[in-house]
Amino acid sequence: MNDVASKLKQWEMERGVPVPSIGVKEARLAYAHVVISVLAVLIGALAGLMQTLIRTGIIPEVFGYYQLLTAHGIMLGLVFTTMFIIGLLYALLAKSFGRFESFPTRVAWLGFWMIIAGAVLVTIMVLANKATVLYTFYAPLMADPIFYVGLVLFVVGTWLSAFAMFRMYADYKREHPGVHPPLPAYMSIMTMLLWVIATLGVAGTILFQLLPLSLGWKDTVGIELSRTLFWYFGHPLVYFWLMPAYIVWYTVVPKVIGGKIFSDALARMAFLLFLLFSFPVGFHHQLTEPGIDPFWKFVQVILTFLVVIPSFMTAFSLFATFELRGRALGARGLFGWVKKMPYGDVRFLAPFVGMLFFIPAGAGGIINASHQLNAMVHNTLWVTGHFHITVGTAVALTFFGTAYWLVPVLRGRVLTKAMNRLGLIQAGTWAFGMSIMSYAMHISGLQGNPRRTGPATYFSDALTREWIPYHMAMAIGGTILLISVLIFVYSMFNLSFLAPKGEEEFPLAETEEAAMETPRFFENWKLWITVTFVLIAFAYTVPIWHLIESAPPGARGWVLW
Amino acid sequence: MHIHKLEKYWLVFGIILLAVFLAVLGVSAFAAGNQPASDADLVDPAKVHQTAPFDNPGLHKIGDNEYELVMVAQAFTFTPGNVEIPKGAKVTFLVTSPDVVHGFQLVGTPVNMMVVPGHINSLTYTFKETGEFLILCNEYCGTGHHMMATKIKVVE
Repeated sequence: MNDVASKLKQWEMERGVPVPSIGVKEARLAYAHVVISVLAVLIGALAGLMQTLIRTGIIPEVFGYYQLLTAHGIMLGLVFTTMFIIGLLYALLAKSFGRFESFPTRVAWLGFWMIIAGAVLVTIMVLANKATVLYTFYAPLMADPIFYVGLVLFVVGTWLSAFAMFRMYADYKREHPGVHPPLPAYMSIMTMLLWVIATLGVAGTILFQLLPLSLGWKDTVGIELSRTLFWYFGHPLVYFWLMPAYIVWYTVVPKVIGGKIFSDALARMAFLLFLLFSFPVGFHHQLTEPGIDPFWKFVQVILTFLVVIPSFMTAFSLFATFELRGRALGARGLFGWVKKMPYGDVRFLAPFVGMLFFIPAGAGGIINASHQLNAMVHNTLWVTGHFHITVGTAVALTFFGTAYWLVPVLRGRVLTKAMNRLGLIQAGTWAFGMSIMSYAMHISGLQGNPRRTGPATYFSDALTREWIPYHMAMAIGGTILLISVLIFVYSMFNLSFLAPKGEEEFPLAETEEAAMETPRFFENWKLWITVTFVLIAFAYTVPIWHLIESAPPGARGWVLW
Repeated sequence: MHIHKLEKYWLVFGIILLAVFLAVLGVSAFAAGNQPASDADLVDPAKVHQTAPFDNPGLHKIGDNEYELVMVAQAFTFTPGNVEIPKGAKVTFLVTSPDVVHGFQLVGTPVNMMVVPGHINSLTYTFKETGEFLILCNEYCGTGHHMMATKIKVVE
């Protein structure tokens, strides 16, 4: 055992006793983020339900369909995810590092308020029908400049949050030379690093293309360049949603079932690979677009599929943890553990159901990214269905299951039996509603039913008439999902204000004793950031240079809503 | 770095699977020529209606049972609409947009591509059966997006 590893062991033994619960300042900040994310779920789910009801003609078009769609995407894809993630990561960092250092309160709160300011501006513009551009705001649809200013504020706010977290990490490293930062902290820092590198792309297209166009400073925009910058951001964005769920799967779920983390080093390696393989892959969202050489599309398809490696590692680790725990409880055989898991505990059940959804979701993702096969599903409801079982279920259910213990921890209250039972019902209704909705989306998408499309009749074509029952199923699924959200919002209110005061456990697992030592090079940030940018340069330099050097005549902006 | 024996098998299995899978895609793309729509031609979006071939949209015969269907996708129509195509024709769709991004999807076929202002995009499809086909826009383009569709009739 080398010097570093022995220090780590010693540190882990010291950590055997519970680290002091997280400080008041940290808890307040994390809670503020979680509250906003809960509000965003409520608004976003309402918008989603209204879409399905308008689409099926059950209610008249009281709000524009596309306005609701824009709100649905921004509230759930942007505000809910980002706010919950930042809140969770602050809590994980504060818990991992303990109260050894002055918490960067000011910059953290500044980040929070900038995000709020940005989200409010964006919301006002959407409500005013000045930004019905969907949450992907593809050029040359041109929203009000204030919409883009709001997005910029939002992103810069998240950068401040990332900066606050990086400072917590740096302070810890300074005070603990030679010690590995705890696994959840390492994973949190990796997640924020990915976010910062990813948002450079979307910031680029907003600041240099869309905002100047909208302000009238520029007459035209290069659309393919803008889309390429967007998707350079868009794919790591989905890993930014997924990685915090993985943190919970790797470090929280083992504790909840009474087990241990299978391997600290392999978990770190998986996260490192996610960072490397998340960027040079954006073209798999642009496979059917002109102006990009199919050779470079194929290069990025190959790089996309490399994510299979850390995904396989993750699946192995998680099921190894389940099996080891199952055997410790007396289970026999390969699947004996299935009978030994604590299904009555929402902290386990919700993330576990999320994991199960992620299996078909991953298979669907392989289809989407498959160079030619993509044409069968591109821009159909299949993709929407995929989206709703990945971020909408695997990630969302994990976040819900996390909120049931995180909110009481942050509020100094306990998760009561009644709230746990309500949580089980909520997770169940979510899984049920999403099964119906995403099944209908996948199947009718395979038949060609396009995504992001309002009440279309298509000349009452025989084929498209067959899609109507699927839209009805989506409305039924959407209704069940809204019920689930209402239960969730009530549970969060209860756990915030009504549940009895006390100390709720912050569940973070330890590593298996037999697990290997963690190599030092995982924390060589300079090296990994360099490798990341080398991969980005490899995958993007030639095609982006081509889009700039032989750029098409620019396109003017349009307001078509 | 030590990796559990079973995990090694599992990862090797995954990597072999990956290699086979990518080889299938690669052979299909580069040996059989099954590439997604990736046309490199450009056109000024402000002058689409004055630029060949889009100054004369429609079905043009270019060979024995081979046609070019030149189409403009514009909020919220496809021009020309309701095209008739002879059965067995090999048709290359040439499409562009003078305004925003549209989608071009021939429902029930692999013809599915993005129509991006400034670019021409193209795909080829052979109509082996008679009947009606639906072309629809599958990328949000504004309030009338869901009305943007037309039909193709394949006749004897």
